[in-house]
Amino acid sequence: MESKTSLKEKLLTVFITFFKIGLFTFGGGYAMIPLIEYETVERHHWIDSKDILDIFAIAEATPGVIAINTATFVGYKVAGFWGSLSATLGVVIPSFTIISIIALFFQEFQSLEWVGYAFKGVRAGVIVLILGAVVKMGKKGEYTPLTVLILILAFGLASFTDINVIYLLLGGAVTGLFYQLWQNRKIANGKKTGEDK
Amino acid sequence: MYLELFITFFKIGLFTIGGGYAMIPLIQQEVVAHGWLTLLELTDFIAVAESTPGPFAVNIATFVGMEMGGLPGALVTTTAVVLPSFIIILFIAKAFTNFQQNKWVQGTLYGMRPVVIGLIAAAVLLLMSTGFIGEGAEIHSVGDFFASLQYLEITIFIIGSFFYFRFKLHPIKLILISAGLGMLFFGVVPMFY
Repeated sequence: MESKTSLKEKLLTVFITFFKIGLFTFGGGYAMIPLIEYETVERHHWIDSKDILDIFAIAEATPGVIAINTATFVGYKVAGFWGSLSATLGVVIPSFTIISIIALFFQEFQSLEWVGYAFKGVRAGVIVLILGAVVKMGKKGEYTPLTVLILILAFGLASFTDINVIYLLLGGAVTGLFYQLWQNRKIANGKKTGEDK
Repeated sequence: MYLELFITFFKIGLFTIGGGYAMIPLIQQEVVAHGWLTLLELTDFIAVAESTPGPFAVNIATFVGMEMGGLPGALVTTTAVVLPSFIIILFIAKAFTNFQQNKWVQGTLYGMRPVVIGLIAAAVLLLMSTGFIGEGAEIHSVGDFFASLQYLEITIFIIGSFFYFRFKLHPIKLILISAGLGMLFFGVVPMFY
């Protein structure tokens, strides 16, 4: 009985959290990352700070809308299937409601000057947030010459070429696999010669 | 028609990989080819979507659904665009909890984590270059560069950074403050000139 109510409460918290995330994310997928990180890692401690980067990596590399992918994934980690459903509904409902209303008054909305001014400001604010996410996640990264090289390459290619990000993620995945393969062989060789530490 | 809307937006949801604005060409192709929106309407809507919250794919799905079939239409298109993500990630999330410690999964993630950080850093650079440099500015010299800078946006960025990093402001508060600064700088201040 008690666990049932606590599950309900948990689902409600998940829903409200993602509703907030959906409501305050302007300017696409990357703008959502700082909010999700803050709410799920720092505030609710649902996700370990090491795991959140993995979730973002998976969400970006799999088909589908990144924000929905992330919401579904985090929701599942918190409370299984129903958690996913609460998180996904939470993140979609604000957009859905706002756009439905805007669709009815599309012409009028476009001419709202003050909305335009506010969003010029918001766009500058969002850059601060995303920069904050880079700093936070950058601090938690493990730095080896290989990962630093991958980071710089990914940054450079994404900034100065039109390459689709999916190839960058695949490239990183393949590099990681080869690195693991190499590590395995090193350990195997080390065991043979008795130099394993 | 509802079935056609459903299938089209399911497809858009499914084939959106990597996200962001990479999917706009696909949406454009599908939505314009079906005659649901003209190219001009779509361009106008992209501008509106930038100033409304939520993922772009969801916004455009709801908008086209509303235009074509009112509220039921919007429900159909929004569900369709969300469903592929939801199903695929459910399976992955289930598998991931079992395989997370697998060394091959760890190896793959070892290579992907720095890519994600690099991508987010690249997003910052892109947003700065579009937000802080005037649209259509031709830059041939250092002087041109400084002349094209959008000082008001940069000021909001600096004020925002100060409060966010110094006082650990909640992200939502930062967004509200920068909206207020935007109205102040671009709306209130010009009234007194």
